[in-house]
Amino acid sequence: MSASWLLRRLALILYTVFIVSVLVFGITQALPADAAVTLLGENATAEALNAIRERLGLGDPIWWQYLRWVGHAATGDFGLSMRTGQPVGPEMLTALGRSLLLAVAAILVMLVIAVPLGMLAAVRQGKLADMATGLISYLGVSFPEFVTATLLAMLLADTLQWLPATGYVSPLEDFGGALRHLALPVLTASLILVAHVARMVRSETLDVLHSDYIRAARLKGLPERTVLVRHALRNALLPVVTIVALDVGYLLGGIIVIEEIFAIPGIGRQLMVAVTARDLPSIQAGALIMSATYAVANTLADVAYAVLDKRIRYD
Amino acid sequence: MTDLLRRLMRTPQGAIGLILLAVLTAACLFGPWLAPHDPEKMDFLGRFRPLGAQNWFGADQFGRDVLSRLLVGARSTLPMALAATLLGTVAGAVVGTASAYLGGRWDEAIMRTIDAVMAVPGLLLALLLVSTLGNGAGNAMIAIAVTFAPGMARVTRAVALTVRGQDYVKSATVRGESASWIIFREMLPNVMAPVVIEATIRVSFAVMLFATLSFLGLGAQPPASEWGLMVAEARHYVHQAPWIIIAPSLAIAMTAIAFNLLGDGLRDAMNPRDER
Repeated sequence: MSASWLLRRLALILYTVFIVSVLVFGITQALPADAAVTLLGENATAEALNAIRERLGLGDPIWWQYLRWVGHAATGDFGLSMRTGQPVGPEMLTALGRSLLLAVAAILVMLVIAVPLGMLAAVRQGKLADMATGLISYLGVSFPEFVTATLLAMLLADTLQWLPATGYVSPLEDFGGALRHLALPVLTASLILVAHVARMVRSETLDVLHSDYIRAARLKGLPERTVLVRHALRNALLPVVTIVALDVGYLLGGIIVIEEIFAIPGIGRQLMVAVTARDLPSIQAGALIMSATYAVANTLADVAYAVLDKRIRYD
Repeated sequence: MTDLLRRLMRTPQGAIGLILLAVLTAACLFGPWLAPHDPEKMDFLGRFRPLGAQNWFGADQFGRDVLSRLLVGARSTLPMALAATLLGTVAGAVVGTASAYLGGRWDEAIMRTIDAVMAVPGLLLALLLVSTLGNGAGNAMIAIAVTFAPGMARVTRAVALTVRGQDYVKSATVRGESASWIIFREMLPNVMAPVVIEATIRVSFAVMLFATLSFLGLGAQPPASEWGLMVAEARHYVHQAPWIIIAPSLAIAMTAIAFNLLGDGLRDAMNPRDER
């Protein structure tokens, strides 16, 4: 991994954020909403409307409005929310923190379930465990988040009364309560990922198990456990890093629905609220922050891959 | 074509996928005639009637027959998902093939831009587009198509790059054919097989995405019996009647499974190398 490769990746993040910013700005400009009317209400006088249009610079050329918005956004200033009147940037970043907590927990839970499951399926290829994993994978990728969430909430919260159905508790204030409230959303988010990743781990492990160095390890007389854990697992897990990074994209999309259903004030729910209220600054900030998070996650995965796999040389 | 179908039927995934697809197609084509009741007919004495002889899948909060609503709702779910996938695939395939044909800087610029667009999570992009275009089934369909196009472009480009080096493309270039002839007549037909497989699997995503948008209130609008919308409306009545949530949930999952299986079956059937 050379410095110029890292620089190129950083440039790519910047380009990504640029394209996304144009996309987000373009889409929100096309929204059938007049910012001045949204702010002051339908009954505002013409003078008041004009005054606020003047203040917001709504009469300026569109490219100038874009540059002004990007310039402010780069310093973390996304303007004031049309709904609450509060600065959007800090609000969205707090929300992002809650979402990341949910996302990281979901990825951890997924890894703990999916990796052993995928390896078990590969080792027992064609046997019952393999078919069960295949079935779980098919079912997992075939249930959209809102269905999984609704069914899980129905079973674990309404029928069995084990977990609270909705709400968010900060882990800093009440750790146990936070865990209980996060359990359902995390479970929902990780199920689809488990389906994805278990399948991937299975096929990668199968490839590795048929390779020469595994044959060599077995012929050396190493115990099967050592062969699997020391030789197969490490090599099978490499490509999984990339898949997990791609799944962060799914996760960020899925979080919109999951947070909406479980009433978690994360960035997904903030965005839904903003879309419903046609709160332009919040929509822009939310969409840009989410996309940038994804771009950064992808780059981190590439770097991790390069660090883990010494055979790959980026230059 | 019949040969492909025969090979498809021979794989277990393909066979199950085809059977499920046949059931879904029947529901789309003949749903209103197959439905045992009028899907809109309310019956206040029959509210939340459980599963039984009168309503096989029970009745909802207005006493409407759930099975009938599901059967009729197939029409507002499946064709939309298919149309979105088709639109996104065609757009993506053209862009991907063109990018591979142009090569060099153009290819680099197009692909990096596609990478950037793909950095927007799919549901988020669809959400933004629908909120611009306005809520509704048709706009949700367009939004899903736009969301799918970059991914399809990437897949198509990868295939088209190998096609580009083939002799028949070189000979067309030497013959002096125009760029659009080479892209549309020489390259596109030869990248279709993997693209069709990818598109088939994407239909299951489209079904889920469309149902999700409807669930969020952005896609199909009431009183349509779109399946995602049915789940959204049923959520308030979990305690009284879990079946009005479970039935449409399973319908969505079944559709997604059908296309996932079909895609996997097609992959096996279209790969003659794997034939033993």
